[in-house]
Amino acid sequence: MSAPEQARATVPRSSQASVPRQVGTLAATRAVLGKELRLERRAPQTLVAMAIFSATAFVIFHFALQRDTLEGGLAAGVLWVTLTLAALLGIGRSFVADRDEGGLDGFLLAPVDRTALLAAKVLTLLVFLVAIELVAVPLFALLLLEPTPSAGQWLQLAAVLALADIGIAVIGTLVAAMAVRTRARDLITSILVLPLCIPLIIGASQASEPLLSAGTGGAPARWLAVLALYDLIFGLLAWALFDYLVED
Amino acid sequence: MPTSKRLYGNRLAILAPLATVVVLASLALAFFQAPIEADQGFSQKIIYIHVPLAITTLIGFIYGGICAIQYLRSGNPRDDLRSYTAIHQSLIFCIGALLTGMIWAKASWGQWWVWDEPTLVSFLIVFLLYCTYQPLRFSIEDPERQSRYAAVFAVVAGAFVPLNFIAVRLADPLIHPRVLGTAEGGLTNGMKPAFYLGILGALLLFFTLCRYEMANKHTRAQLKALKRRFGQDAPARAGRSSAPEVPAQ
Repeated sequence: MSAPEQARATVPRSSQASVPRQVGTLAATRAVLGKELRLERRAPQTLVAMAIFSATAFVIFHFALQRDTLEGGLAAGVLWVTLTLAALLGIGRSFVADRDEGGLDGFLLAPVDRTALLAAKVLTLLVFLVAIELVAVPLFALLLLEPTPSAGQWLQLAAVLALADIGIAVIGTLVAAMAVRTRARDLITSILVLPLCIPLIIGASQASEPLLSAGTGGAPARWLAVLALYDLIFGLLAWALFDYLVED
Repeated sequence: MPTSKRLYGNRLAILAPLATVVVLASLALAFFQAPIEADQGFSQKIIYIHVPLAITTLIGFIYGGICAIQYLRSGNPRDDLRSYTAIHQSLIFCIGALLTGMIWAKASWGQWWVWDEPTLVSFLIVFLLYCTYQPLRFSIEDPERQSRYAAVFAVVAGAFVPLNFIAVRLADPLIHPRVLGTAEGGLTNGMKPAFYLGILGALLLFFTLCRYEMANKHTRAQLKALKRRFGQDAPARAGRSSAPEVPAQ
């Protein structure tokens, strides 16, 4: 290779090194999600608290309602109140470490799309919710639920849980990003998340009521559609609005 | 700092009397011209107040959301102020709609609160959500961020309103009289003028009150600017406010 040719070959490499490498949104999402999960694995905090909270809530419901077994609408209500309040614990922690330890500033300095942060946080919350449901729902069935659902009903319940979880994760991330910069973070999170979740709870408990009753009823498709519509609209809203919450 | 002479007042001078006349005319029509309904009797007259309040509340919340979108696009503090006043006034109208709805429920079903009445329940949920608007603003110190976050909230809540209505309505059997839907169901010809004038009156009242609140905020900002111009220090505010600060024109 002659000298000019060699020079030409090295030019792109050196210019590449001076310009910051553009990281794709997907790679950034994966990196942040990996960070969140690693953090939780190394110092389990949120998941443990959510699981303990759910178990305690079932015991409290047993004594408060003075019932040994639950079915139908009452069972759906107890399950969804517990899961929503447990989700609130996870939502409240969502951005705290990033703000306190400067992770948020670091992310904003990085040349990546902010949507990656939204996606990673939603996925983290989703993973947390699914993880505690894997513990809390069987525990609920064991402790309180009387007619054990059939295999098909379990599958449908899983679909209802997944659709509701997506909605809770999206709303939770949006509110958590907002609340982390306020003075009264915990107060703002709870009072904002709960009313925004009411349509989700309506849909989820209506859809799971027949699954938790005696009989072979399935989840009404109309309620699954309402949940999916809610997820879609709030997903789009969060995508459009998230940049304004992490601008500075 | 130059202060403009043209305040909101001149438009307010037209709007306020107009709103008064239309509201009084609609009430007069409702009480003296509209026929007494056969089923519910005199208590049915409350729809000429309740339904306009409810419709105006919803329009106001959605208008607040649209102003918030404009604020996010333009960054103009006036849009934020518009969004703030619209939501503030709508919240007051919402309380009115809830109270009149409860009175109506008591008169026609004998109970102050009925859960199987989807519209009333939806209003309660929407009311609870918008109640958090002021605490949210109040808990953010930086004014620019306060406006931006409040705008994000207003857009999310504006989208929430129709979704919530769909969910609550699907969840309950329909017993609320559909005043506007189903081919004018329930409204006879004699009732229509009072009813539509009532809606117009409530809307005019809403926009008059919004303008009034905005004029108030602008006047305060101008007063502050004038005081500063004449060498007085603006008095330090005790505590923070959830209302947006407007720059004097």
